Amino acid sequence: MTNVAIVGAAQTPYRRRRDDASLAELVHEVTVAALADAGLEMGDIDNIVTVSNDFWDGRTISSMAVMDASGSSYAGGKNVSTVEGDGTFGLFYGAMRILSGVYRTTLVVAHSKGSEGDPMMITNSMFDYIYTRPLGLEFISSCALQARRYMDKYGLTEADFALVSVKNRRNALRNPYAQLAGELTVEEVLASPVLADPLKRHDLSPISDGAAAVILADSPVALRLGRKPVWLKGGAFCSEDHFLGDRDLAEAPALREASRRAFEMAGVTDPFREIDVVELYDACSYMELLWLEEMGFCPRGEGGTLIRSGETAPEGSLPVNPSGGVLSAHAVLVAGLARVIEVVLQLRGEAGPRQLGPKPVELGLAHGINGPCGQSHCVLVLGA
Amino acid sequence: MKKTELLFLKEDVDIPYNWAAGRYGSLFLTRLRDEGKFIGNRCPSCGKVYLPPRVVCGPCFTPPEEIVELGDTGTLVSYSVVNYPFIDPETGSRRPIPYTLGYIRLDGCDTYLSHFVDETDPAKLTPGLRVKAVFRPREERTGRLQDVLHFKIVD
Repeated sequence: MTNVAIVGAAQTPYRRRRDDASLAELVHEVTVAALADAGLEMGDIDNIVTVSNDFWDGRTISSMAVMDASGSSYAGGKNVSTVEGDGTFGLFYGAMRILSGVYRTTLVVAHSKGSEGDPMMITNSMFDYIYTRPLGLEFISSCALQARRYMDKYGLTEADFALVSVKNRRNALRNPYAQLAGELTVEEVLASPVLADPLKRHDLSPISDGAAAVILADSPVALRLGRKPVWLKGGAFCSEDHFLGDRDLAEAPALREASRRAFEMAGVTDPFREIDVVELYDACSYMELLWLEEMGFCPRGEGGTLIRSGETAPEGSLPVNPSGGVLSAHAVLVAGLARVIEVVLQLRGEAGPRQLGPKPVELGLAHGINGPCGQSHCVLVLGA
Repeated sequence: MKKTELLFLKEDVDIPYNWAAGRYGSLFLTRLRDEGKFIGNRCPSCGKVYLPPRVVCGPCFTPPEEIVELGDTGTLVSYSVVNYPFIDPETGSRRPIPYTLGYIRLDGCDTYLSHFVDETDPAKLTPGLRVKAVFRPREERTGRLQDVLHFKIVD
């Protein structure tokens, strides 16, 4: 069986509003840029996976709106399929299509505009319409329940969470694609307006517009291209129950299992020592700590100790979200591919002012989530 | 190139639905409406009691056919005092803030029910508090989860 490599990657800058571009224009922008990055042309791409969400796009079969922009109608038409979930899930699906042996090159492209709809009504709409939606639960308030449960069960504090925002917004200063960047203090995070306690303004990711694309290829194609391939060493995604009440929100067993499977596939036995960079889906500050615990980078409840140790800063032994993470730019669905792209750049040594080192970056982890409070998780282990 | 004037087109979409509560959902909601009682169902395989009752225990993939009557008291496991403006999906207008969302474990049940708690002072809230359901008067109940007005703290 072939291996799968990421041979091209591109993203738009993430901004609060991209008034200058429609969804198709965003998709076209990153499709062209990813092809150029790979040194390929549209004729070299033999299938396409688009990633979108009908509620965010405000139309059913939202993928249809971007198919020409992603090249699906090129030269008589290509096989195109759609994932409604995070971009990492689209990448996973695209990789499986190559592993099937039917396809050799897959373009995976995700888009989202938070600016065009109403994020609260849209995220409220992800919940069950009889038992949960009428209460008004949406992204922020459901995350607040999870944050409180995590604090209560494992003894973490709001100050622990604030350290994540401080680190990631500082990292974003070196990432021109990030939307929010700055030098914050823990005191400033704690004093920012309380939206749904214990979550405050600076604990939350912004609303963003953007798109991202990656091109996957089988080994022969990847090795023929001039650019250094980034190999998919391991990958898994797992899901748990949708109904919030069926889950203990302080636990993420789906992430535990996805990490275990991805590490096993990649031959990783001691993730803390072997992984050189982690890019994970920190839609809220607390998530970075909860996800790191469940991935196995530290014992349960020790996420606060880990962030306080400084090891997850860019100069630490386990840099986490050197891009600034989702806390610094959150184009929904696109954000997982943005995590992948940052790991790709770090592995290639092309991350510019935020390039990690001097120890070479050889193995990275990219993570995406879908569903309320991290209902499902995709873990990808990428290697040079 | 001449700078293009960028245009926007506004649309307010209102797409009506008529949701079926289903067999178990209808049983749950009619008991709520007529008797002011919560029911769940128990998985014969793992013993887990579900609220709302549903067609299958996900982890066992077994139908939890045994109906279990639950009390109206429970434990507040998590909560959040919500403090930002939000369009109430029930009314379409802005909901008064602050209000408190609770994540409640009813006695005898193994899942958590999300509902309102009628206390918005963070100093008076803590995980582990005992809470009790407050139902709307019988004549106002229509067979919806909102037949429960909120939970009140009984500690």
